[in-house]
Parts: sequence; C-alpha cells; structure tokens
Amino acid sequence: MGNKKVQVAKSDQIQDPPSNDNDNWVLRLYVAGQSPKALTAFRNLKIICEEQLNGKYRIEIIDLLLNPQLGRDDQILAIPTLVRKLPEPVKKIIGDLSNTERVLIGLDLLPRF
Amino acid sequence: MKREPVQPLFSTLPKTATGIQGLDEITGGGLPKGRPTLVCGNAGCGKTLLAMEFLVRGATQFNEPGVFMAFEETEKELTTNVASLGFDLDELSASKMILLEHIHIERSEIEETGEYDLEGLLIRLNLAIDSIGAKRLVLDTIESLFAGLPNILILRAELRRLFRFLKDKGVTVIITGERGDEMLTRQGLEEYVSDCVIVLDHRVNEQSSTRRLRIVKYRGSSHGTNEYPFLIDETGFSVLPITSVGLTHAVSSERVSSGIPRLDAMLSGKGFFRGSSILVSGTAGTGKSSLAAHFASAACLREERVLYFALEESPSQILRNMRSIGIDQEPWVNKGLIKFHSNRPTFYGLESYLTLMHKAINDYKPEVVIVDPISSFIVGTNEFDAKSMIMRMVDFLKIKGITGFFTSLTGAGSDLEHTSINISSLIDTWLLLRDIELGGERNRGLYILKSRGMSHSNQIREFTLTDHGVELLDVYVGPDGVLTGSARIAKEAKEKEEKLLRQQEIERKQLDLERRRRSMLAKVAELQDEFEAEKKETLQAITIEEERIKSFQQQQVNLARSRKADTL
Repeated sequence: MGNKKVQVAKSDQIQDPPSNDNDNWVLRLYVAGQSPKALTAFRNLKIICEEQLNGKYRIEIIDLLLNPQLGRDDQILAIPTLVRKLPEPVKKIIGDLSNTERVLIGLDLLPRF
Repeated sequence: MKREPVQPLFSTLPKTATGIQGLDEITGGGLPKGRPTLVCGNAGCGKTLLAMEFLVRGATQFNEPGVFMAFEETEKELTTNVASLGFDLDELSASKMILLEHIHIERSEIEETGEYDLEGLLIRLNLAIDSIGAKRLVLDTIESLFAGLPNILILRAELRRLFRFLKDKGVTVIITGERGDEMLTRQGLEEYVSDCVIVLDHRVNEQSSTRRLRIVKYRGSSHGTNEYPFLIDETGFSVLPITSVGLTHAVSSERVSSGIPRLDAMLSGKGFFRGSSILVSGTAGTGKSSLAAHFASAACLREERVLYFALEESPSQILRNMRSIGIDQEPWVNKGLIKFHSNRPTFYGLESYLTLMHKAINDYKPEVVIVDPISSFIVGTNEFDAKSMIMRMVDFLKIKGITGFFTSLTGAGSDLEHTSINISSLIDTWLLLRDIELGGERNRGLYILKSRGMSHSNQIREFTLTDHGVELLDVYVGPDGVLTGSARIAKEAKEKEEKLLRQQEIERKQLDLERRRRSMLAKVAELQDEFEAEKKETLQAITIEEERIKSFQQQQVNLARSRKADTL
C-alpha cells in the first residue's frame, strides 16, 4: 500500500475541492491503499466532476485498509467503488471509472439506453 | 455441552469436527482443517442449514467462533430460520461466538466502469474473522457474486485469490453452491475448492422424500463414498452412516426375561439374550403385539427403558388393547420407562425413518427397542430397500447393545417361515406364531423357530390370550396331529373322565376289602360267642358230673354206714 508519492487516500483530504454549503452531490470513493486502480479512479472521478458537476460536489475518499469497518455499511465488495450518497437514490459504480460513459450513466447524468 | 471429538476411523490430515451427528463418522473426523469444503445441492436440500450447524456446533461444542457470510439472506432472516432448529443465534452473536454478516449484492445498483478487484470483500472477511477470532467460516452462497458482478474474468481471478487468502487465514470454510445441470455447481465452484466436496440431494421415491448426502471428494483422506441418508428435524442435522458398520460388536451373555414364564422356560429357562434381536412373526391376530407388550413390561419391571416404535397404531390404542389382556402399561409410560413413537414410515421415507429412529434411540438411550411391525416398512416394491434398512437398524441396535424386539406380519397364504422381508438371517431368536385350524376353530400356536446360542424347546405350545395376559399351554399330539382349543379341552375332559373312573374303581375295591374284613371280624366274633356258650355249657356239665360223683361217694359212705361195714 505505502506509495507515498501520490497523496490520495487520506481521510483528511475528503474536502477536495473545498465544499460549498450547497453541495448537491456527495460522492464517496472506496479504495484499499493507493493502488494504481485507486489512483486511476480518483483521477477519472475528478475530471468527470469538474466537467459535469460545476463545482457543486463533494468527494469523500475512504481507505478500507485504514478503516476496514466502513466498508460494511455501503456493502463494499469491489475496489474501487464509487458510491453516490447524494442525491438519492444511492448508486454504486465499481471499477477504475475509465469508461466515462458508463460512469455518467451510473451517476444518472446520462439516460440509460 | 462439550462433546468428545469423534475418533477418526481413518487417520491422516488434520480435521475439524463438525459436531453434526453422523457426518464426522463418515468423513473420518470432520472437514479438512483450515481448508474450504464445498457443499452443493439443489434448492431446499439443506445446504445453509448444514453450514449453519457447522458453525453453531463449533461454537457450542468445540469453542470455535465462526463467521457466517450470507449473500442471500439478512442476519435477521437467518436467525429466524434456524431458530426453529433450536439454534439461538442472538445469544451466540452476543457472546461473540458467531458473527452473522449479510453481504448485499444487487446487480441493478451496480455500474461497472473499468478495472476492479474484490479487495473490499477480502477486507470485510478479514475484519469479520479477526473481530471474533473465527476458526470457522461459511460463505452462503458465493455464487451470488456471479449474479451481481458482470465481469466473469475478474471474478474468477478474484475467487482464486479469495480462496488463497482463506487458506492463509487458516479458517475452515464451508462454501455452499447450487447444483448445476452438468457440473456440481452452476458456476463451477468445485474448481476452486479442491479439498472436499459434499453433495446433498433430495429425492422423491414412492411419494416419500429422502434426503441424502454423499462425499464426492475428500482429498488426502479416505471417506465413505456411499450416499448417506440424512434428516433435518427440530434438533438439526443428522446423517446416518449406512455401511461403515462392521460385525465387531461385543455380545452379552446376560439373559432377559420375555415376560412370560413359560416362554422363558422354552428358551432354556432364562429368556432372551440381552442385546440380541428377536423376531416374532405370524399372521394377523396371532398375538404378536401382545408378546411385545409382555416383553416391554418385563423390561420396565427391571427398571429398563423401552422405546416402542408403533408403525400402525397410536399409543393410546396400544395401551387400551393391552389393558384388555391385563397388561397395564400406563404407569410405565408415566414413569418415563416406555416411550412411544407412533408414525407411519411411509410418511417419512425409509431412510428418513431410520435416521429418525437413530436419533430417537440416541436421545432416549433405551435398553429395549420394539418395532411393531417391521413389515410395514414395505410399501410397493421397496423390499430390497426395506431389507437393507432393517439390516442397518438391527446392526445399529446390536452395536449399542440394545435388545431389539420386532414383529412381522406374515400375509395370509404365504409361507410362514418366509418373513416378508427375508431378514431371518439377521435375527437371533425367532418366534413363530401360527394359526392352528382344527375341528372348525382357529387357535394360536407358538414355537421357537430358532434361537442362537441356547438350547431351546422344540415344542409347539398353544398360546392363549387371557385377561391376565398371554398364557402358554401344552398341546396334545394325537394321531390326528396337534390338538388345540376345543379339541384339546375335549381331550382333557376325556382324560379327566378316565381318571375319575379309575378312581372310582379303586374306591370300590377298597370298600370291598373293608366289607370283607368286617364280615371276617363278624364271623370271628360269632365263633367266639359259640365257643363261649359251649364252654359255659361244658363247664356246667362238668360241675354237674362232679356233683354227681360227690353225691355218689356220699351215698356209698351212707350205705356203708348203714350196713355197718368194716372200715378199711
């Protein structure tokens, strides 16, 4: 796990970018250490959020290696998993988010076909 | 409720005892320790239950905590489901002996967007195992992952990693899987679990269902390869080993009374051997159950416990019928010395019934088991199955040293010595009850067809049911054959008459003698009287003569005086 060059999976970096009071979107990314897949997922997530959510979002990153008990509540099996906590309903997107179209469908930003 | 681990029949790799009745015997000590075991079968065949009992027994009997990962049911559903089997999961969870976790996977909630792995699941398992120090784990059923996760390639690779992880963890795992068409499991789980595979099956035969268990594979260990029937009831799982039974049981030379003194006398004076198997066969209404009742009462008098499997009558019916011949078993029932199991075997299926009997015997630990009648195990064409079942039952009783008393109904017109189930070779003492038709009536006869290990009577006894129980009577063998019933009574009457006549003859002769003696005495008295009379007369005559002589002499003196004769 301990690849210290890139700092992603730390709970104190949850607010990234700084939250507005009227966050419309709360996205939680579950990772297990700073694996290449986790880093890829985080990068992809940031790009998508920047492009689509217009600054009205908050990303929480949870490292299950540090806080394994947090995986239970969201029923996390696959890593990485992105959970859309808000707006409801809760959605789960698994994988490194490299398929942008699937991510947008998963976030209900694109209609399902 | 600690239990001694079952002594493995076959030694070898380390094993984890399941604590499930019978399963440890056929696996030679349990499941492979620290390795995964696959339990597969169709829906409703008891996979989840087997897995759950593995954990519960582990927690309660072997002090090994366990984790149950449920992919299909929630914790609450599971707790409710197994509560009916007497497992209190709430309590075991509270004492941290069992951890229930529900893993929820819903395909519709999951969008797949690239590379991923199942680290999340592994972390969760790891956490669960470590949190209670689990030694046992159940994954029920991991196949749900295939439904929930679309990428089969990733999934298969990850499963391989999962099983390696579990082996490294050293937990003993049960993985359940649904039976597939061609393969053991739909998703080919057997390819990951190479150590032990158990298949459960649920079959319907002659309208009764039987659950069966088979160990398909057990790497590094010999194991029974047969299909073993098993039963799920209010106390959980029990598997019945069929053929691991060897003929090595110790025998007792202690004798137990049959409850009928005359019958004991026929059995070289002491009755049956303890731990032997006794068969009473006969046609309808020959008193088989009555003999059983006598035997049961005799056992109760010895303060022994009797387990009575009534296959055709209800307990109250048996009690009433036996009361009518003067055998009151109710006090014994109240005292807990007789326990009835009344149900039709067809309701369960043979194998299940046998398993049920095993369980009942193990629970109640009787000294005597009565099965009345074993012929009702045969329904339709299952004669072979019934025979093998009874053979196993007899073996089981012998190993336990329990005296088995079986009755068997012989169909009218069939060969009497052909028990309908051909089990005579299994039986130590065989009593045959038969009708004897003679002189327009039907009577009961009893004889001992065989009795191993003792010299027994070769006589037919007439057998009557009185209001004080069964009575054995001698029969008369005349030129026309055996006499029973009225013919016997007539014969007895005739003999009585003859005896009376002889008696009278003797008396008459004695009287005659007496009379003659008396007449002789009378004659003697008469003669004596005569003699006395003659004597008296004679004496008188003598006196007269003497008087005459005296007076003659006097006259002579007088005459001489008068003639002044010379004095000489």
